[in-house]
Amino acid sequence: MYIFNTFNLSQNGYGFASYNLKREVYMAKNAQHWEKTKGLLIVTLVLWAIFSMGIFLFGAEMNTVTGPFGYPLTYWFTCQGSLGFFVILIFWFAGRQEKIDEEFGFAERGDK
Amino acid sequence: MIKGNFIDNLPKIYGIYTGGFIAFILIMAIGEQMGMTSKAIGIAFVGFTIFIYALIGWLSRTAQASNYYVAGRSVPTVFNGMATAADWMSGASFVAMAGGIYFKGYGYMALLVGWTGGYVLVATLLAPYLRKFGCYTVPDFVGTRYGGNTARLMAVIVLTVASFTYVTAQINATGTIASVALDIPFQYAVYVGLVSILLCSMLGGMRGVTWTQVAQYIVLIIAYLLPVFWISNNIGAGFFPHFMLADEVARIGELEQQFGFVKNSAADLATVPKGLAGITKAHSEVNATPWAFISLALAMMMGTASLPHVMMRFFTTPSVKAARKSVGWSVFFIFLLYSSAPMLATLSKLALIDPNLPTGIIGKSIAEVQAIDWYQNWNQANLMFVSDFNGNGTVELNEFFMAGKAVVLATPEVAGLPYVISGLVAAGGMAAAMSTADGLILAIANAISHDVYYKMIDPKAETAKRLLVARVLLVIIGFAGATIAAMEIQGILGSVIWAFDFAMSGLFWPLVLGVWWKRANKEGAIAGMVLGLVSGFAYLIWVRSGGSGFLGITQLTFGIFGSTVSLVAMVVVSLMTSEPSSATQKMVDDARVPAGQQVITQR
Repeated sequence: MYIFNTFNLSQNGYGFASYNLKREVYMAKNAQHWEKTKGLLIVTLVLWAIFSMGIFLFGAEMNTVTGPFGYPLTYWFTCQGSLGFFVILIFWFAGRQEKIDEEFGFAERGDK
Repeated sequence: MIKGNFIDNLPKIYGIYTGGFIAFILIMAIGEQMGMTSKAIGIAFVGFTIFIYALIGWLSRTAQASNYYVAGRSVPTVFNGMATAADWMSGASFVAMAGGIYFKGYGYMALLVGWTGGYVLVATLLAPYLRKFGCYTVPDFVGTRYGGNTARLMAVIVLTVASFTYVTAQINATGTIASVALDIPFQYAVYVGLVSILLCSMLGGMRGVTWTQVAQYIVLIIAYLLPVFWISNNIGAGFFPHFMLADEVARIGELEQQFGFVKNSAADLATVPKGLAGITKAHSEVNATPWAFISLALAMMMGTASLPHVMMRFFTTPSVKAARKSVGWSVFFIFLLYSSAPMLATLSKLALIDPNLPTGIIGKSIAEVQAIDWYQNWNQANLMFVSDFNGNGTVELNEFFMAGKAVVLATPEVAGLPYVISGLVAAGGMAAAMSTADGLILAIANAISHDVYYKMIDPKAETAKRLLVARVLLVIIGFAGATIAAMEIQGILGSVIWAFDFAMSGLFWPLVLGVWWKRANKEGAIAGMVLGLVSGFAYLIWVRSGGSGFLGITQLTFGIFGSTVSLVAMVVVSLMTSEPSSATQKMVDDARVPAGQQVITQR
């Protein structure tokens, strides 16, 4: 009887603990995934802010410098530089985010 | 010829389509040589392309809700990028942007930066998470995340205000092009534009719009790039203009120095037809304060991330991962056109003002310019004007005026290209305006049919009835838009910029905080949407009625004020009221993980 009870208790106890453990591990995994995601967000947004706003604080000064292909530098950034940078930034961001998702096993299956 | 599944065959189908379109251009070019009139060419271009879009719209007809609302969530990344680019690049981008740069220079180039940089916000803050949510419309996200019909309805109202402001500008643009190409009065041309728009979207909903938008992107990008490359080669500026126009940019600066910017008297300017502008700003000099530039760019970027017709394009991808990648492709396809706009402005201006080029008109006699064919055409349409203010008999830089929206459309003729190119450009402008109008009208009609009718009024409605309501709304909203467009209240570019400001005032923070701040609750979101939209609107009215504004926020950037009020209101009210239920918080947790089921199950 005693043994039976203990056995039962331990069974229940074991099952419950395992459920809790699994849930904790899952939550911790979620939290870590979100921490890394936030880190990537901050890096991406800082780069975005620099090339969309920061450099134009010095628009007048920068424009006296000759930029790529011989255009005035600020003019080049508004025509091509910043725009092209955003394209690269988004693809880079998408790639990094996919790596983070894979690391935590959150990547989606079966898509292209 | 085409075997198997439609999606797998997309590259082949659109490859054949592109080839067919190029063949059509060549046939028109031969037709022109054999004596086809310019009017016939214009009609053929606009008519043929609209016929193709209508055909695609008909082939994409559907009776399924998921096809109608989100194109069956099966649009591959690259094609969704093209569709988004067409959805995005409106009549304003195609017809008016190069003109804005042409006349306003640096200050307007903030739009180029803003309208691409905004996608970084879309990719990082919103698109993947809203895709995971599995909503059909943007108010669907707001309604589910915050709960309750009030929040959902407010989101529908903000969406409608912003998108409706935007769509009138697009219908206005289709009207402008149709009136020039088909040679009919603007008031009727607006309705020709509208009917073509409805043909694409009514039967197939989002599915029809997706596949017509891809087709429209191909037409508009060919129509934009071909003249830029052609003119550049024609005047010997270089075979690849984007990398080779530094000398031309410098030459415009020299000519500006030489001619000087003479200020016209008010009496002289009163004789210039309404809506035309003269060249009064330096081409490549920094002529705006840093804050004027940055605030406009910021307003456009936050507006981009709040405009529902863009966001809903990323609901159509097969996965969250694809949604992110697809944002990258979208900006890439937008970049192709946007990086060409300043080049077009440069070439177009140089062709017109350089006395060393055969096409230059500055320094020629007034009578000689007035006798030029293209001058007469565009002058008759009230889009171009010269006048001898100083009475010296020749055209000076300050005596030439043109409508901003005419720059792109008139440049091929001004630069002496065959008329077939003008017809092509008209078809491209039509494609750009139609594709955006389609997306916008669909966004409004879907929000009202899905969120107001289905989710609030009749949740038991059958799919057939839901789709009927959606289609009836599409027609009503289209006609309302066309009626307002026919009144011509605000220029194309102006109303587009307002739409961004409205959208960011009401929707930016409720969307972003919905994903990134779990503590954000219903009361906060409602306060944010109501106060944001109302304060932004009030600021606009104040500045329009002669108010001085503050912090350099103008009628073009009033969204910065509106969205700041919205943020403060949302945070304060959220913190004053109770935190969202654990079910809501779990929903946010689920949205943050790409793998697994969508958060909302749609019927």
